[in-house]
Amino acid sequence: MTAVRSGSTPASGPRTHEDRTAPRAPQPPRRAGERTGARRPGAAGGPAARRLRRSLLHLVLGVVAALYLSPLLYMLTTSLKTRGEAGATEPRWTPDPFTLDAYRHVLGSTDSPVMQWFLNSLLAATAHAALVLATATPAAYALARMDFRGRGVIFAGVVATLFVPPVILLVPNFLIVNELAWVDTLPAIVVPAAAGAFGVFFLRQFFLTLPGELEEAAEIDGCNRWQIFVRVVLPLARPALVTLALLSFLTNWNDFLWPLYVLLSPESLTLPAGLANFQGANNIRYDLLMAGAVIASVPVLLLYVVAQRWVIEGVSRSGLKG
Amino acid sequence: MALRLTARPTTAGARPGRGAAPARVATRPYRWWTPYVFMGPYLALFAVFVLAPIGYGLWISLHAWDINVPAKPFVGLGNYRELFDSGSVEGPRFWTAMRATGIFTALSLPFLLVVPLFVAMLMNGRFRGRNLYRAVYFAPYVLGVAVVGLLWRFLLDGNIGMVNHYLGVLGLPDDIQWTTDTPAAWWGLVGVTVWWTLGFNAVIYLAGLQDIPAELYEAARVDGAGAWHRFLHVTLPGLRPVLLFVVNATLLASANMFGQSYLITTGAPADETKTAIFLIAETGLRRFEMGTASAMSFVLALALMAASAVLFRIFRERQEDR
Repeated sequence: MTAVRSGSTPASGPRTHEDRTAPRAPQPPRRAGERTGARRPGAAGGPAARRLRRSLLHLVLGVVAALYLSPLLYMLTTSLKTRGEAGATEPRWTPDPFTLDAYRHVLGSTDSPVMQWFLNSLLAATAHAALVLATATPAAYALARMDFRGRGVIFAGVVATLFVPPVILLVPNFLIVNELAWVDTLPAIVVPAAAGAFGVFFLRQFFLTLPGELEEAAEIDGCNRWQIFVRVVLPLARPALVTLALLSFLTNWNDFLWPLYVLLSPESLTLPAGLANFQGANNIRYDLLMAGAVIASVPVLLLYVVAQRWVIEGVSRSGLKG
Repeated sequence: MALRLTARPTTAGARPGRGAAPARVATRPYRWWTPYVFMGPYLALFAVFVLAPIGYGLWISLHAWDINVPAKPFVGLGNYRELFDSGSVEGPRFWTAMRATGIFTALSLPFLLVVPLFVAMLMNGRFRGRNLYRAVYFAPYVLGVAVVGLLWRFLLDGNIGMVNHYLGVLGLPDDIQWTTDTPAAWWGLVGVTVWWTLGFNAVIYLAGLQDIPAELYEAARVDGAGAWHRFLHVTLPGLRPVLLFVVNATLLASANMFGQSYLITTGAPADETKTAIFLIAETGLRRFEMGTASAMSFVLALALMAASAVLFRIFRERQEDR
């Protein structure tokens, strides 16, 4: 099974026999960090120096990582403060007193129905991911594995649009969505974005790397193309499909500009568009704003924590297409 | 990846030494229309929401087009002429926005290219917790711009913001108006963007770094190359395939900046930080002057495509130098 590549690729195997032996082999106790081993030509340092450098690296990385995430922590803290505390000039890292008032206010508000926005976002992003999979997967499979008239032209056309700045689609798509009577409804968020070329391109690359033997065997057993696709190819493609579904969900959940202009009434907004309006209406209530931001972050952060490797691998593979 | 056999029926006969299989597969095992059925759903989306809008947008840009006014007279290149007429209303407005986009791109690009490379090189070592750090640096990227914008609008607040507070603690000026004054606003927007998207580029760089054969580093080391020379002569050339992608993707992302400026500075002071996308969305989708907005988006798109073309040119020339 062509699983998603984990952090240590086979390619990184032969790289650092030096690096690898150093920390594993039992070494003499730490020698005051002097670079005594540096005399060996070509080596970067002895084991002790190496170990010191390693702990320094960890110290720096740890501090920077903590600083890096501190804004998110402050967002959470502020959402648990009272109105007055949240707007205090002296920032405090712990809510005192601790209160869930902001969440109560935000979730109970009638003019800013955050709960409704949350459900809209969830529904739209899920439907969008499903639509991307349903349309891009067979298309990518046909492009990767079948021979037909116009294949070259179609593929070139689809790929070419990856280079078209999406800004030129903004106004005409608004009019098209308006013609379809989708303005201010969720289909406007779900459907047009699924026409992007990324999914097809991403999956086609994946299908090309699958060995064809299983498909041939299924063919000899008398399966038709659809059966081969559903029973043989889709199970093999699961890692790529999961990755694409995740990336599509995240992108749609976070999409900002399009929902901001195409959704209008308060009850039909998605979270990002809702939060923007919310900021306009409550611009000094940072307790409420941060509570809203936390609500919008929690699902994607959870998804990220659970599926971190898939997300990152998916992104890094998308970069290797060039 | 030794077996890279594609199972395209037509080429099956060309494989050497594979027994009786080819004759069997050479007959096309699907009807001529099967591939089109596979392609169909995606192509329908693609036609309606990507292909048609490109032509439609061009058509709109040649008209005085307001969604609420039934008459949409043909004005030829009038909308474009207006953009290039410094005496018109839209012209100066548009170029102020283009300037904002240009400033932001020019300021952010170097940081977005260099900082993630540095992070990726740190992450490329072998040490415990490497994947954890990688996950930390990538984390902000999974949040949407709405959350990031809301959060940093708070942190960068001139009076109660944490950024100014800690600057004060460090004995630096603590009254910088990050959200309403240039150039401070630019640095705020750039800083936020680097914090938010650094992980994306870092992950792609990292994938590129892992594809550089370790032997090259060993060889360079044996030749007595120091760290800097190894970076110049092994790392950078080895990264070329991903570098073009990263530079191009970052350029386009920066030039499409919208949410940060919408939420953090709202274009202030006096539209100085209102980017081209911001103006296009407002003109077309708020004021419904769609002809003008379409013309703007085609000018912007052309500028972006020209920039990409120059980039590809530079990279190709460099490649031929070697």
